[in-house]
Amino acid sequence: MSILPDGRFVDDAPYETDIGAEVRNAELDMSNARLLWLRFRKHKLGLISALFLLVSYLSLPFAGFISPYTPNERLEDYLYAPPQLVRLFHDGKFIGPHVYETQAEMDLESFSWKYVADTSSPAKLSFFCEGSDYKLSGFVPTDRHLFCAPEGATVFLLGSDRLGRDVFSRIMYGAQLSLTVGLVGITVSFLIGITLGSIAGYFGGFLDWSINRVIEILRSLPELPLWLALSAAVPSHWGPVAVFFIISIILGILDWPGLARAVRSKFLSLREEEFVRAAEMMGARPTRVISKHLLPNFLSHLIASATLSIPAMILGETALSYLGLGLRAPAVSWGVMLNDAQNLASIEIYWWTAIPMLPIVIVVLAFNFFGDGLRDAMDPNRS
Amino acid sequence: MAMLRFAVFRLITMLSTLMVVSVFVYAIINLPPGDFLSNQINELRATGQSAGIAKAEFLRQEFSMDQPIWKQYMIWVGLVPGPHGFAGMLQGEFGWSFEFDKPVSELVGGALWMTILVNLAAVVFIYAVALPLGVLAAARSKTWIDYTSAFVGYLGLATPNFLLALILFYYGNRYLNLPIGGLMDPKFEGEPMSFEKMKSVLIHLIIPTFVIGTSGAAGMMQRLRANLLDELGKPYVETARAKGMRESSMLVKYPLRVAFNPFVADIGTLIPSLVSGSVLVSVVLGLQTIGPVLLQALKSQDVFLSAFVLMFVALLTLIGTLVSDLLLALLDPRIRFGGRER
Repeated sequence: MSILPDGRFVDDAPYETDIGAEVRNAELDMSNARLLWLRFRKHKLGLISALFLLVSYLSLPFAGFISPYTPNERLEDYLYAPPQLVRLFHDGKFIGPHVYETQAEMDLESFSWKYVADTSSPAKLSFFCEGSDYKLSGFVPTDRHLFCAPEGATVFLLGSDRLGRDVFSRIMYGAQLSLTVGLVGITVSFLIGITLGSIAGYFGGFLDWSINRVIEILRSLPELPLWLALSAAVPSHWGPVAVFFIISIILGILDWPGLARAVRSKFLSLREEEFVRAAEMMGARPTRVISKHLLPNFLSHLIASATLSIPAMILGETALSYLGLGLRAPAVSWGVMLNDAQNLASIEIYWWTAIPMLPIVIVVLAFNFFGDGLRDAMDPNRS
Repeated sequence: MAMLRFAVFRLITMLSTLMVVSVFVYAIINLPPGDFLSNQINELRATGQSAGIAKAEFLRQEFSMDQPIWKQYMIWVGLVPGPHGFAGMLQGEFGWSFEFDKPVSELVGGALWMTILVNLAAVVFIYAVALPLGVLAAARSKTWIDYTSAFVGYLGLATPNFLLALILFYYGNRYLNLPIGGLMDPKFEGEPMSFEKMKSVLIHLIIPTFVIGTSGAAGMMQRLRANLLDELGKPYVETARAKGMRESSMLVKYPLRVAFNPFVADIGTLIPSLVSGSVLVSVVLGLQTIGPVLLQALKSQDVFLSAFVLMFVALLTLIGTLVSDLLLALLDPRIRFGGRER
């Protein structure tokens, strides 16, 4: 106990720290991103989906490495080969991952190929082996694959298709296009939507009126016929990359109205705020007010809603390619693969040719859960 | 009276929208270089068949395909008289399908009704499924009913329509003996309407309706559930319960009535996606709607045919939106017509 010069008594012991207050302060001091992460973490399904999507997108450049074959490599002796199981035990003994060699036989009753596995001699899979040439992430020429079958045997994890191409490898390669189509599309839609939405909301008047009419018209039209009409206009002699970009741009061009409408309504309420007026009085130009003062207010919210419209684009690409108006043959996407599975035979007899549907469903679900989680994290008030 | 004025106002808006849409449509259709006739003429030239060229050239002039594009558009709409009194859409003439060598109206006549039928069936299906399930999911929220319906809904949302169609066709045929492909038994085609034909059409409609409707029904159900849950937390619900009202009649009488308005208004956003879905599913399942016609016409650049189908599809969705607006205005007394009263 000591006495201060002004006569007050002060305890010498250090101040007791209020633990609760510390936690509260910590939360107040946290950055926005960290708060967001803390809330998002509670949404388990969203978290798992986010991890899954992260892994999927990160593995895209290594599709060639992971897949045992190249996408258009044909094994003529193995048309419509069913999926092969990778086994670990042979005759009750552990000998490492291996497959059995299969031999095609014509079944003269059903007139289809039957594949008989030779269970006497296991063919061990080799790892980091040499296979056919490809370019890692499109740049580095190499011939290393994560795993491949030994000479004379095949490893079709998910079977082979009509031309004897490995379905698993094609799914891996197809992911490169199918997954990025949504990203490119959403970028286009974002750019158009934010630009037009903010112009309409900020300036109002005639600009607002005309942009609003365009939004209304586009929203009241069915998407698919317009997609069809626009993609029918893509010249047939264009290369796969050009077609890919134009298709994703088409998907984006018809997606922006919803976004623009959201941006506009936010702008209408925000432009009356004091901070906007202050910025204007200090001489900020409209572009600066929009990009520095207005947009950051709800950009995170926009990103969440954009996440929710990516799946629609992935499904759109699939549908277009499936109808033969999207990506075309030498290019590999999940829709192009499903194009092969459009008859009942492929579902009844060669069910594995319809497998590309699984990654589509999973990715679309993941995007939905991820977007839901993100939206809940942004806006803790709505349940 | 105010209602009538509102209806007329909405109708005029719809018609002007349709005009703008027609410009869009014609521009998009004419984006790819060349058209059906010039392609045909080139092909005939290359193979040395001079007989067909004269006919193609005649058709080109008859339907003014040799004019500049803006004039073609005016003639197509019917604002400017074409050569030999060729009238446009405003006069009820929809042009000629060069590929099938028939007037467009003759070609798509039956398909139009089938398209309307399929979409109507889907709308009915969606409301019939979404209403009870949505109410149930909200009333029993966080139970297995809620979770199951949400799961099925998500799955319906994520599965590509056309694959769902193929799979359901296969299993429907195998286990329920449902017919595969088409909208009616082939023997009824071109027959006059009869009870047997109706039955055949209805049976053929089951799977397409289900496929087209599932994703829409899932979204609708989720929105109805969310709206109802919002309402269920409000004090008036508590009051009704405290009065001793039975839960089910309380639910139907108060919260559902409030949540019902957005549910009905949703039809405006629902119809465009339904029409989209029905085009795709029709192509896959071989239904005689305008879906396959559109795809074929777009691929062969049959200008009038594809333009007409696109216009029809747009009209269908616009009518849907109009109906939803009118219904909403009827249902919701809070909606005022026209401007603010002074």
